[in-house]
Amino acid sequence: MATKTGAGFKAGVQDYRLTYYTPDYTPKDTDLLACFRMTPQPGVPAEECAAAVAAESSTGTWTTVWTDGLTDLDRYKGRCYEVEPVPGEDNQYFCFVAYPMDLFEEGSVTNILTSLVGNVFGFKALRALRLEDIRFPVALLKTFQGPPHGITVERDLLNKYGRPLLGCTIKPKLGLSAKNYGRAVYECLRGGLDFTKDDENINSQPFMRWRDRFLFVQEAIEKAQAETNEVKGHYLNVTAATCEEMMERAEFAKEIGTPIVMHDFITGGFTANTTLARWCRRNGVLLHIHRAMHAVIDRQRNHGIHFRVLAKCLRLSGGDHLHSGTVVGKLEGERDITLGFVDQMREDYVEEDRSRGNFFTQDWASLPGVMPVASGGIHVWHMPALVEIFGDDSCLQFGGGTLGHPWGNAPGATANRVALEACVQARNEGRNLAREGNDVIREACRWSPELAAACELWKEIKFEFDAVDTL
Amino acid sequence: MKTLPKERRYETLSYLPPLTDQQIAKQIDFMIDQGYIPGVEFEKDPTPQLHHWTLWKLPLFDARSSQDVLNEVRECRSEYSDCYIRVVGFDNIKQCQTVSFIVYKPNQNSRF
Repeated sequence: MATKTGAGFKAGVQDYRLTYYTPDYTPKDTDLLACFRMTPQPGVPAEECAAAVAAESSTGTWTTVWTDGLTDLDRYKGRCYEVEPVPGEDNQYFCFVAYPMDLFEEGSVTNILTSLVGNVFGFKALRALRLEDIRFPVALLKTFQGPPHGITVERDLLNKYGRPLLGCTIKPKLGLSAKNYGRAVYECLRGGLDFTKDDENINSQPFMRWRDRFLFVQEAIEKAQAETNEVKGHYLNVTAATCEEMMERAEFAKEIGTPIVMHDFITGGFTANTTLARWCRRNGVLLHIHRAMHAVIDRQRNHGIHFRVLAKCLRLSGGDHLHSGTVVGKLEGERDITLGFVDQMREDYVEEDRSRGNFFTQDWASLPGVMPVASGGIHVWHMPALVEIFGDDSCLQFGGGTLGHPWGNAPGATANRVALEACVQARNEGRNLAREGNDVIREACRWSPELAAACELWKEIKFEFDAVDTL
Repeated sequence: MKTLPKERRYETLSYLPPLTDQQIAKQIDFMIDQGYIPGVEFEKDPTPQLHHWTLWKLPLFDARSSQDVLNEVRECRSEYSDCYIRVVGFDNIKQCQTVSFIVYKPNQNSRF
């Protein structure tokens, strides 16, 4: 539907329905597509509201302006091309909007989000609005670097194949001295973990300044590596108050030869994250991404941004690891929905599948994959389910599940590594981990005293996948 | 309570008791089922960051069963009995290595 801009200027409040709601429009391959879950204010028709969403998140403003006459709106306006009621919900609609690619700056996640989830979320005609999914056109996607290395390069660098990676966040979160912290890292790594992790809020506090931490941790990595003959790493958190300080920490991490650094992409911001990711590719340093603040944005079903959108944006901005929930642990996340966005993180092509929350088919056009990290409230008895759910290309992180072992960090790490390898072996032999997982763990306890001690402390569990985050 | 002894490890499956030939065969069968190309590598004194162990012959493009691969492992073991041996797998669709696990350690006297 053509926009009528040639008929002379008429001042007044915009009739959005005419301009931005175009049900006959067929989206182009080069359009950026978005699906919003929209809750209009009572009395506002869905189509009018949807047109307003398309307008506010693209070229429109609340009134007609004469300078509209100096541009070609048809080339730049977002178009709502479909509105459908959300099944089982009263007064909620999925609203699909197509944006011409030229609305966005190349290679800038910041710019895409500023448009799509900017002013429109405060729009008066809406009671609530949630961005459910985005389809990035390949042409735009090719302007992003994406993950510095990706899953396959990371495996080659680490010499680790055919199994999930194992990690652990050092606890207590805050308050350890740098030397004591380094010891905790060493004990975990020598026990058989691949990685340990700075907690997200460890930056550079009075009790442990970043430079001291980096040096003690690097010594721990090198000692554990020499003793175990395996490649080790620790996610050194370089998140800082300013980009300059962040880069200074990253440069120092590289200088001392550490293999991986870490950033908090939402609190740190997409611009900082993209800068760091590009530096990581140039300098051969892996990048682990934490997601503090995500639940503030993604937890409400009717308002905010779904995590799959944040995950897709992170894949564009760049990161080699991203936290994705556990499905089985203490944090929320429903299985199919989680696997839906895990697909978006690590696959090269993802088909539309509403049952997994994927509203669009997304071609990732050879952008490297992001390794999902399952962390939070998991222990050895969860291992079979985690291996079954996430497969080999994942990083499983047991914080309390390692450090809480009655004999300490190293035996705790061994317990997890033994459980992991027993599960991988059993799966490859054709055993069903969902059904026989507990047997596999019990059998390994017979020859691993470290695992037996862990299994005694944490109780056997049953797996029930209750839907929490449903469509 | 026990202190964990210091031991050298060799990545995937090296925290399990040494695999029997039958267990190794099952791992290889799985790999072949996945469509991966098996291979055998050996090295006398591998260090953690040594990415390239010496390849035994070529990747076994024509291997149809685990037995084909096991025969190569045996032959490699008799010729290089002082070397560590691992079985690897390549995915020519994803264009990367996907599998590596230790199948032989010389002079083994460790707990596992």
